[in-house]
Amino acid sequence: MQPASTPPPAVRCRSVQKHFGEGDSRIHVLRGVDFEARTGGLTFLVGPSGCGKTTLISVIAGLLDTTGGDVEVFGQTTEKLSGTERVLFRRKHLGFVFQQYNLLPSLTAAENAAVPLLAQGVPRREAFDRSRALLVKLGMESRADAFPNKLSGGQQQRVALARALVHEPRLIVCDEPTAALDHATGEAVMELLASSAVHPGRAVIVVTHDNRVFHFANAIAHMDDGRITHTEQRP
Amino acid sequence: MNFVALRMLTGDRAKYLGLIFAIAFSTFLLENQSSIFAGIMRRTGSQILDVTDAEVWVMDPATKYFEETKALKDTDLLRVRGVAGVDYAVRLFKGTPVARTAAGNFSQAVVLGIDDATLVGAPRTMKLGAWERLREPDSVVIDRAGYNLLFRGEPLELERTLEMNDHLVRIVGISEAGASFASFPIIHARYSEAVNFLGRERSQMAFVLVRPEPGLGPEELAQRIRQSTGLRARTADEFRWDCIDYYLANTGIPVNFGITIAIALIVGLVVSGQTFYLFTVENLKQFGALKAIGVTNGRLTGMILLQALTVGFIGYAIGTGMAALFFEYFGRQIATRNIILMWQNVVGVGVLMFLVVVVASLLSIRKVLVLEPAAVFRG
Repeated sequence: MQPASTPPPAVRCRSVQKHFGEGDSRIHVLRGVDFEARTGGLTFLVGPSGCGKTTLISVIAGLLDTTGGDVEVFGQTTEKLSGTERVLFRRKHLGFVFQQYNLLPSLTAAENAAVPLLAQGVPRREAFDRSRALLVKLGMESRADAFPNKLSGGQQQRVALARALVHEPRLIVCDEPTAALDHATGEAVMELLASSAVHPGRAVIVVTHDNRVFHFANAIAHMDDGRITHTEQRP
Repeated sequence: MNFVALRMLTGDRAKYLGLIFAIAFSTFLLENQSSIFAGIMRRTGSQILDVTDAEVWVMDPATKYFEETKALKDTDLLRVRGVAGVDYAVRLFKGTPVARTAAGNFSQAVVLGIDDATLVGAPRTMKLGAWERLREPDSVVIDRAGYNLLFRGEPLELERTLEMNDHLVRIVGISEAGASFASFPIIHARYSEAVNFLGRERSQMAFVLVRPEPGLGPEELAQRIRQSTGLRARTADEFRWDCIDYYLANTGIPVNFGITIAIALIVGLVVSGQTFYLFTVENLKQFGALKAIGVTNGRLTGMILLQALTVGFIGYAIGTGMAALFFEYFGRQIATRNIILMWQNVVGVGVLMFLVVVVASLLSIRKVLVLEPAAVFRG
């Protein structure tokens, strides 16, 4: 039984397995992963390249199927959802921050940040108002109408962060958010992530091997060779 | 998401304009060539269209189209007149003598000899003069294009003379006859005079022009004439299509135009298909991000189709505009008069270009549908 003060796990993985290919070419990427991420904090998933971090967050986000084990996100077993239900679940409950930002080059910063709202069918004007307001909070007021190729790496990642937050998802998945940034910019982006994304009802999972930003973590799950080796809780 | 789709499309200016360019020129070529082809085919029967006084054409069974005729016997006219339901039937001579001007210019011409008494078959649209003046001795009416060919660069003027087979005739009218297939001058004269413009043959009558009595349809009258006389009787519309069918079956024109049309279609399909495919492939990362964010495959398909239909519509509109300008200009030139942009071709090419962009987008859609959204995490 958990202590009353401990928030419930937003994400719970039990004995999750994932392999690619068949026969002799089969590669086991996840070998029985047990993992939890709680709301109200930043959970880091760290480990060497190729240890299965990206595959694990893909499975958690419902972008990949498991080949064994259970994944629960806010009590919902994602494996039980149909393809369309999974897409709708992602649209409503998940936000993404990618290593390469993946902003649409022909949309302005405000338009890029509004994409999840547009995907939900929110009217364009309302979506742009909300994304613009969020960009103001993230210090991008003067760059809201700029196209991605006119933004620095740090500014692009802030737009990506706005895109991940604009529809107020319950789970945010960040894949190497600082990998393409210099240390100072990466630090600033992480500060922004910690201050704007962390919320009592929201879980944030950050995949990284940038140990310079580990001090932002509330929990760090260490991963190696397809397994979580240990998890450390931080104050 | 339609907004996002359109912004993605227009964001890459080079490919966007390339797609529009490919579809516009493909449309222009298809509409241009198909309309010119249809216009040339229409010319094979333009003299039939010009005759508004008769609804049934009677000819020797061996005559298959307007340009080459086997003469009827003089008694055939009487036999046709004897068929029940005939309001009137008059003879028509058709010959192709050489017409010479006093200045020495000459050209082969299509001479139509119309009934002396009724002038049935005379051109009704006159540019200068009056067709009724054909009753005057040694008179002819020539079409405007023929006049310009024989009297190059000179103003339209009556009373000029032409010589055909040692017969000197005066021009008493200039008509707006439909262009003939070979673009020869069209000369109308009275039957009794026209027969002298060629070397004398025993029989000269090429056609009998017939009008049914009121209340009787031309198809039924043509059927009666066939049964009663054994001659070939066709309604004006049937005979016009006979001419078109003859040229389609017996000349290389359809093959030549067909090859051009096929090339235009293939080039349009390949260029727009390849460009659209490249456009989608280069945006796969963005489509992957959209899939991860929660855009369904159905919505992405809709976005790609919207992009394809948008460039298709804009390209088609520009291409059709170019074709309209082309025909607006060349339709006013004498040599290419009556060759117009036909609405049937515009609609047909529209359907073809719709299929082209849909096929082009299907290749791209498949690439997006099989895209694993997790790929977006791979740097």
